Amino acid sequence: MTDPTLAAGAVERHLRARRDTGRGLLMPYVTGGITPGWTDYLRAFAAAGADAIEVGLPFSDPTLDGVTIQQASDTALARGASTRRILADLSGVLDLGVPLVASTYYNLVLHDGPEAFCAALRRAGVDGLIVPDLPVHEADELTDVAAAAGIELVLLASPATPQPRLGEIACRSRGFVYAVSVMGTTGERAALAASAAELAERIRRVSDRPVLLGFGISTPDQAREARRHADGVVVGAAVMRRVLDGAGPDDLRAFLAPLRQALDQECDRPR
Amino acid sequence: MRDVLPLREPAPPDGTMGEPRARGRFGEYGGRYAPESLVEACREVDEAFREAWADPGFRGALARLLAVHAGRPTPLTPAHRLSEALGVRLYLKREDLTHTGSHKINNVLGQALLATRMGRRRLIAETGAGQHGVATATAAALLGLEATVFMGERDIERQALNVFRMRMLGAEVVPVTTGSRTLKDATSEAMRHWVGVTGDSHYCIGSVVGPDPYPWMVREFQRIIGDEARGQCAAELRTGVPDYVVACVGGGSNAAGTFAGFADTRARLVGVEAEGGAGAARGRLGVMHGCRSLFLQDDDGQIVQAHSIAAGLDYPGVGPEHAHLRDLGRARYVTVTDEEAAGAAVRLARTEGILPALESAHALAWVIRAAGDGELPAGSTVLMTLSGRGDKDVSTLKELL
Repeated sequence: MTDPTLAAGAVERHLRARRDTGRGLLMPYVTGGITPGWTDYLRAFAAAGADAIEVGLPFSDPTLDGVTIQQASDTALARGASTRRILADLSGVLDLGVPLVASTYYNLVLHDGPEAFCAALRRAGVDGLIVPDLPVHEADELTDVAAAAGIELVLLASPATPQPRLGEIACRSRGFVYAVSVMGTTGERAALAASAAELAERIRRVSDRPVLLGFGISTPDQAREARRHADGVVVGAAVMRRVLDGAGPDDLRAFLAPLRQALDQECDRPR
Repeated sequence: MRDVLPLREPAPPDGTMGEPRARGRFGEYGGRYAPESLVEACREVDEAFREAWADPGFRGALARLLAVHAGRPTPLTPAHRLSEALGVRLYLKREDLTHTGSHKINNVLGQALLATRMGRRRLIAETGAGQHGVATATAAALLGLEATVFMGERDIERQALNVFRMRMLGAEVVPVTTGSRTLKDATSEAMRHWVGVTGDSHYCIGSVVGPDPYPWMVREFQRIIGDEARGQCAAELRTGVPDYVVACVGGGSNAAGTFAGFADTRARLVGVEAEGGAGAARGRLGVMHGCRSLFLQDDDGQIVQAHSIAAGLDYPGVGPEHAHLRDLGRARYVTVTDEEAAGAAVRLARTEGILPALESAHALAWVIRAAGDGELPAGSTVLMTLSGRGDKDVSTLKELL
């Protein structure tokens, strides 16, 4: 269960407050540096009713990403994107009213060392961090450093995670628990995997921390279905495919509107 | 309940290449930096390997496969004419004489046998030059498993013959079109694929890289090179142990297997990397493909593409145990250029009648250079692992010479 001695950080407080009003949570993703004016996407996300925003720091070898996020990472890197430049761009963004969560692979965290990395995130106004290739048993090096810098380190749980480990993940995760809906990589899918519901329920049995389902959620129907089991959704590849196809901030605002609506509808979720 | 993984007995920190420390650590390197979706699969491989490796039945079955199918033990060949010219006594451990023509078969037979023991029906592999892919396809055919091999599109163009060999053996070869379209991208793609099929497929990693237990397990499957050579040296050399033990290093599997047989002796261990793929010599601390080790990176922390005439050395990192041996000073890591390697391949062909793989030729190139500049004192005994045969490189050499 949640450790009551540790006060929740900004991301978790924000998400809990919104969840407690009965709202389904929406966290859209954008790859940092994907276009020259990429931070305009953040404003569009906020205007579309995002509850948190995930900003990807592109890495050359994204082993948990499907083809869309791979292409987005390659495109951003080819444009000269780097952790430093993306964080500098973020520093210039006025308060969006929703927390920012960075996501990247552990190599980029280690590059200047976890302390310098977390401090740089903090200076850029980032509140949380997702590192998909840093499982809970390797996270010791980063957890305390992140906490000291005021960065909430979000841990991921997967359908293959056995129960005692799931409890540890839910307990040590900060901000929310990222529930990987399917045994696969990021990317759009035709339907929400059956494993999503089961995983979300398993996490909720051991923690009351917000649970966001991600991987393969791209349509209002999937969001509605996900909402029945979890507190909200992460939408990444569906956003980035549109960005790669040339969609601008207004297009994405229009794309997110029906997802927002689906998440706002009353649901008969048992709590 | 901070650690739900089983702890291991601490290993001596002296570079004698025992079992890794808790959580798959070689010094500060190694570990299991896998996506959460693969952590349980890695744990299952670890558990199965521990049981199998302690089981005389498994060891016996593997020894028999290595003997009757792969042609072990491989000979130790004194390189008489070249030794005379260099002023050292050079012995070659002949992994080129194994079935499929390289040391890769040692590891693959071990993992394939482990996969059948785990009830898996399919092997997944990455390959660069195609040697590990061919070995995997071979072991799969032998044991009645399916095989899917991921290979970069550029390597598919460069190594058409090995692609055909894999398909002949019944394997599916999947072109990888992302990133630099070479070995590192093939490895990434194999890991992505594994996430979705962990229940019925075993990921047969080809080198001493990847998440724990792979670096340790692959070294154990390859240590037969060093163990055999140790016995052969004891019989052949007056000193019993060579002064120098030399092997080429890409990810580092043939070197790890060779070094393991001599780590507890006074032999000096030398790993030879390609100038354009020198993870151990010039890499920086990082995490990729599931382990913490040394990787070639740019100033922003992005992994840099390696470049080598030898596709098997075209990897921008090095296995974590090599990083540790380097830090300890137990092994040295040096580099040679494409030209030196090609020259060494031709020289071995003309003096000893052996055409080595361009990967192995890197190890020889260092021996030649070091004997020439006095780094190898005259009269030194040198054991060098000849990791593979050079048939696959004939067209590359033809263009170059």
